[in-house]
Amino acid sequence: MTDASQSGPMLAADGTPLKLSLARSLRRQKMRALMLIAPLLVFVLLSFVLPIASMLFRSVENSIVSDTLPLTVEALAEWDETSGELPDEPVYDALTHDMVAAVEAKIHTRLGSRLNYEETGMSSLFRKSGRQFKKLDPATDGPFKDKVIDIHDGWGDVETWRVIKTHSVKITNGYFLNAVDMRRTPEGAQAQPEDKQILVKLFGRTLFMSLVITGTCILLAYPISYLLANLPMRVSNLLMILVLLPFWTSLLVRTSAWKVMLQQQGVINDTLVWLGLVADDARLVIINNQIGTIVAMTHILLPFMVLPMYSVMQTIPPYYTRAAKSMGATNWTTFWRIYFPQSIPGIGAGSILVFILAIGYYITPEIVGGTKGVFISNRIAYHISSSLNWGLAAALGTILLAVVLLLYWVYDKIVGIDNVKLG
Amino acid sequence: MKPLKSIVIATALATVAGGAMAQEMTIVSWGGAYSKSQLKAYHEPYSAKTGVTIINDDSSNEAVAKLRAMNEAGNVTWDVVDVVAADAMRLCDEGLAMEIDPDTQLAPAPDGTSAADDFGDLLVSECFVPQIVYSTTFGYRTDMVGDTPPTSVCAIFDTETYPGKRSLEKRPINNVEWALVCDGVAAEDVYDVLETEEGQNRALAKLDTIKDDVVWWSAGADTPQLLADGEVVMGSTYNGRLFSVIEEQNQPVAMLWDYQVFDLDGWIIPAGLSEERKQRALDYIYFATDTQRLADQAKYISYGPARASSAPLVGKHADLGIDMAPHMPTDPANSKTAVLYNFEFWADYRDDIDAKFQAWLAQ
Repeated sequence: MTDASQSGPMLAADGTPLKLSLARSLRRQKMRALMLIAPLLVFVLLSFVLPIASMLFRSVENSIVSDTLPLTVEALAEWDETSGELPDEPVYDALTHDMVAAVEAKIHTRLGSRLNYEETGMSSLFRKSGRQFKKLDPATDGPFKDKVIDIHDGWGDVETWRVIKTHSVKITNGYFLNAVDMRRTPEGAQAQPEDKQILVKLFGRTLFMSLVITGTCILLAYPISYLLANLPMRVSNLLMILVLLPFWTSLLVRTSAWKVMLQQQGVINDTLVWLGLVADDARLVIINNQIGTIVAMTHILLPFMVLPMYSVMQTIPPYYTRAAKSMGATNWTTFWRIYFPQSIPGIGAGSILVFILAIGYYITPEIVGGTKGVFISNRIAYHISSSLNWGLAAALGTILLAVVLLLYWVYDKIVGIDNVKLG
Repeated sequence: MKPLKSIVIATALATVAGGAMAQEMTIVSWGGAYSKSQLKAYHEPYSAKTGVTIINDDSSNEAVAKLRAMNEAGNVTWDVVDVVAADAMRLCDEGLAMEIDPDTQLAPAPDGTSAADDFGDLLVSECFVPQIVYSTTFGYRTDMVGDTPPTSVCAIFDTETYPGKRSLEKRPINNVEWALVCDGVAAEDVYDVLETEEGQNRALAKLDTIKDDVVWWSAGADTPQLLADGEVVMGSTYNGRLFSVIEEQNQPVAMLWDYQVFDLDGWIIPAGLSEERKQRALDYIYFATDTQRLADQAKYISYGPARASSAPLVGKHADLGIDMAPHMPTDPANSKTAVLYNFEFWADYRDDIDAKFQAWLAQ
């Protein structure tokens, strides 16, 4: 019992201060826990964070011009792009050196397709001049200005040089400007010509339609979830299977099924005509437009709304409503004042899920959306797989990500993210 | 136990050795009936001749993006890739496909004509070996056009005579050319007109007259389905798809060959293969693009062989037993007004006109 009366820190059995010993063992536990999740952490980092970060970096990366034509870019620094006059001999001399090297390495056409995104005709300018440049000897054949313009008159066009100079920076804001219907010019950022403006409109449409789809999902899912949560187990299990069944069917199959249902010679129109509700020559147009996209996507995303709603509603104790009714509340008051507020966390969770999934959809809008029902993701897909303008696709993707994060923040401010429950 | 054990070991060893010896190559194509025709005409005879196992990958519609990603990762897993000519040019421009010399690396025709002459103008890119000529053309419902079946491509703009929806591809290529031709531009001047801002607006204005009557498709199977369901009265698609709707499914559909646009489909070899894989890929292409092989493919699908010397060898369909020649887009009766896809023009103008076209569609 002498230990208790001892002054100074309390010691553990091995003589070290208890506090230190405790901290050490806690640290050891934490390390062990970290080691346990380390494989997952590394996996997430390697397979998720890194690829996304590198893809986002593409939206500003633009070293191709200065890597392919290093001397030319340097020489162009001297040239005044607003003068309206062609650059002088040193630039053409540098271009010849660069192009001969680039043709040797077979990278000149790659630069051509990069610059063609900014100015029509650059692709063929680089492809067609490549072979001719090969015949020049940069050491002895100068002066080059007239010879180069002879190769292709594009080299005698001030616009070509303006484009090369404008896009010669290694880190560019050009893709982001393109993503909001603007473009990088020597005179600063300018709006795209009106007949090429489309992306801002598509962003707006994507947000608006995703909201509408979230709204229709709430309207349809609420009664279903209520039924699921309040029916006897046997019946509700059966209902649950009906909700999940489409969930297990291929997305493409479900979307194509909607085509059969909605098209003008489809099941719905045929039925309406047969019932005499619609004239045969005035069949409803309910696919290949916004209606088609909303209907098909609501159907596809419905389970994501039903499941969180259902699991929240299941936890609402039935005696609350009974208590309210016993004290004289009407059915409506009971629902609105007692039941509904308790189900809001489920609506919140479902809405976030559905909205974020909807905003990135592209297969379904592509198939049933026609021209008025397509999303920004359809343009991203086009730039990834057809036009190969990955910089622009990355910029569009980054903006989409930023918009989602912003909306998430707004949601947190208004509703509160603590108010979201998955069950 | 002992004999059993040694048998197991021997089998395992044999499998390992066999695995190392059996040569494999991955060939990428479009899938469906098209891949099947290649399997019958090229892959099976080639495997029988050389023992090389061929693995099919149906990724051609995203081949360009995937090849670029593989190239950046430094791990190209494909040996031979089937792409359309425009994609081949893009891959060649990007340095993602290797150059192939027709004189030394392709088979000459049986009569000794060099491959370069036998393919002629169809060798549109240094990296590309054409295989077939296909066309984008129109099919129409025979029961929805009354007594006046359309004979001109301009029927798509004539909504008075041919009421109902028509399906067009959701991209400017081909549509703007047809629009200009039907707006009175001579076929040989189309691209001169299209180079100008006014020309592009003129084409869009012409398309604007039928905008509400168009169903826009993005997959080749869309128009055949829309025609079969009677959803559209006429629509554009690839001629092989229409052949199967008409001849194999016996739908009331007929071909409208006027101003069909020829396009090419063929092989490229990805850049950056090991020497061994490159030689194997070249050997396969030498075999698969000779005169007889190209003619054989036409037995299974109605696309025209790209070699001039293959045309006389085209026979009957393998299952249906009908003569294939009249169903070929290259048949003289069908190709009176045909035009060849303008690869140079679209390589330059595709990004620009596509942006305008999509903006117009969204209006």
